[in-house]
Amino acid sequence: MNNESRNMAPIGRLYGFLLIFLLCSVALIARAVNLQVTETEFLQGQGEARFMRDLVVPTRRGNIVDRSGEPLAVSTPVDSVWVHPGELLQSPENIAPLAAVLKSDAEEMERHLNQRSGKEFVWLRRRLHPDVAAAIEALDLPGVYLQKEYRRFYPAGEVAAQVIGFTNIDEVGQEGLELTYNDWLQGKPGLMRVIRDQRGRTVEYSEVLREAEHGHDLALTIDRRLQYLAYRELKQTVLKHGASSGSVVLLDIATGEVLAMVNQPSYNPNQPGTDGEGLRNRAVTDVFEPGSVMKTFSIAAALEAGIVVPTSPIETSPGSINVSGHTISDHRNYGLIDVTGIITKSSNVGATKLALQLQPEQLWSVYNRFGFGEVTGSGFPGESAGVLRNYRHWRRVEQATLSYGYGLSATVLQLAEAFAAIADEGRLRRPSLVQGASNPAVSIIDPKYAREVAAMLETVTSEQGTGKSARVGNYRVSGKTGTSRKASAGGYASRYVATFAGFAPASNPRIVAVVTINDPSAGEYFGGLVAAPLFSTVMGGALRLLDIPPDNYTEVVAQSEANEPASIGEIDGGAD
Amino acid sequence: MNTRLLIVVLTLGAVIASALGVVYTRHQSRQIAVHLGELEIHRDDVIAEWSRLQLEQAWLGDAGNIETTARDQLGMATPASTRILVIGHE
Repeated sequence: MNNESRNMAPIGRLYGFLLIFLLCSVALIARAVNLQVTETEFLQGQGEARFMRDLVVPTRRGNIVDRSGEPLAVSTPVDSVWVHPGELLQSPENIAPLAAVLKSDAEEMERHLNQRSGKEFVWLRRRLHPDVAAAIEALDLPGVYLQKEYRRFYPAGEVAAQVIGFTNIDEVGQEGLELTYNDWLQGKPGLMRVIRDQRGRTVEYSEVLREAEHGHDLALTIDRRLQYLAYRELKQTVLKHGASSGSVVLLDIATGEVLAMVNQPSYNPNQPGTDGEGLRNRAVTDVFEPGSVMKTFSIAAALEAGIVVPTSPIETSPGSINVSGHTISDHRNYGLIDVTGIITKSSNVGATKLALQLQPEQLWSVYNRFGFGEVTGSGFPGESAGVLRNYRHWRRVEQATLSYGYGLSATVLQLAEAFAAIADEGRLRRPSLVQGASNPAVSIIDPKYAREVAAMLETVTSEQGTGKSARVGNYRVSGKTGTSRKASAGGYASRYVATFAGFAPASNPRIVAVVTINDPSAGEYFGGLVAAPLFSTVMGGALRLLDIPPDNYTEVVAQSEANEPASIGEIDGGAD
Repeated sequence: MNTRLLIVVLTLGAVIASALGVVYTRHQSRQIAVHLGELEIHRDDVIAEWSRLQLEQAWLGDAGNIETTARDQLGMATPASTRILVIGHE
């Protein structure tokens, strides 16, 4: 009995426990089924959201470099701070230290974030100083994140500002070549789905949603040394003559490559402000009436038409001529000169007399073939074509003024392109700013006439010429001066554009340079006095930097060998 | 009968082995992924450093700075053309 009751109790307990365990497992199974079947989607989604991340694979914007690989625009990473307002506002006491690090007002920041509490992403400050970024990282606050962004720097600064342009805060090109070649430089950011652990490390790459395409570098034809030289000299000249603006363009004659393109006024592309004046790449976007430099091409037209040869005599007395009631005059009476003399002295009367003997179409055709009235195709945004009206609409006086550069407009780059064609025996090449551009030469005029015009241009820098101050020691220089009055509402104002366009060395031309100075206001305004000296310093420096031997190379060597002892002594003396 | 049992046992063993294999390779792939992540961070750091060095070099090599230093601190000047000696190279 005793035994029996002792046996019964455990059996009752056993069943009791069994029942309890059974209930427990039923409950567990029920819960498991519930989770696995009915809530699985929600839970899986939540789970993945906790470790799956769609990661943007950022691309670096390509650098812009000069012809020898020196950087002109470089992107470098900096940190930007953003917050998840909901997460941060859960512990508002964290705002004060954050504001302190960023040196901003805590209350205002809290208000700012409260207004945006529904959002998940709010930029707090972009492009942080590395020290500030490190301080924020050290705070390690929930809901505060650092994002790596790239910032673009322009080491050449204002020297190449208009050519290169700049990007906005999101690194999208806004001006200049940054704009033209934006897609090439930018690349396409990729997208990748990854699994991250609780420490935020990527532990698994589950799939690439979009392959990243990195930005490419862009190699320009610009030579940074020449760019700097041209800019420095231009700035000085603009300052000295109280001018409002100016441009210089240097072209490599054999390839059509732009070696330097500078403008004044300029700006600092590292902090582009609101000043619109400096933004324009005037050498390409602004047109002006070229004035006497156009005689180069009207004389070429006269030679091509076969009405004169370089030595044909032209009577320019009495220094003025009447065309349809308009008087066209020279600075003084040059008397009887030859066709070369028209270029040497820059005689408006002579050029007019020749132009009026031509058919309008003959003159127009030469101007047109040299690229006037058409964009050069350099690919620069906002490039102007200038204006060259069709010859069918020309009046007689227009045909006369066109021969000395009034009644049409052109950019500095167009002039450089046209002068390069004269220097290269009549072969025109589209100017290029980017290396690897294809710009085959097109023969636009008989080499004979191009050579004859080039020879005339060399007389401009002779003792009798208007461009004496464009000379460069040891080199022979060809070129043409230009001084044009600016057209304004009431006719022509007493504001001027001084120009000099030319090339060197004359015996084997390598570089073309075109210089314009707008509104010189310090007295002198003639191209030969304002623009030619600038041409001389820039051209001289360029010839030296590019190691181009002088025309009379053997002569110069012989001369310095003859003077050797003296020269050495002098140099030694100078060093003491 | 015995053959069938053997097949079952062998298959079971293979299943367990492959399961362990999956676990192992998965672990390994994650470790490698972590390593790759570290290397990518390192690569980005190195690229960043490179771009900073390029900028620094560009600044130091800036013609304006060099010219100022040459003229003002070192007292250098462009020699007049009469004092330049042309040396033939033929």
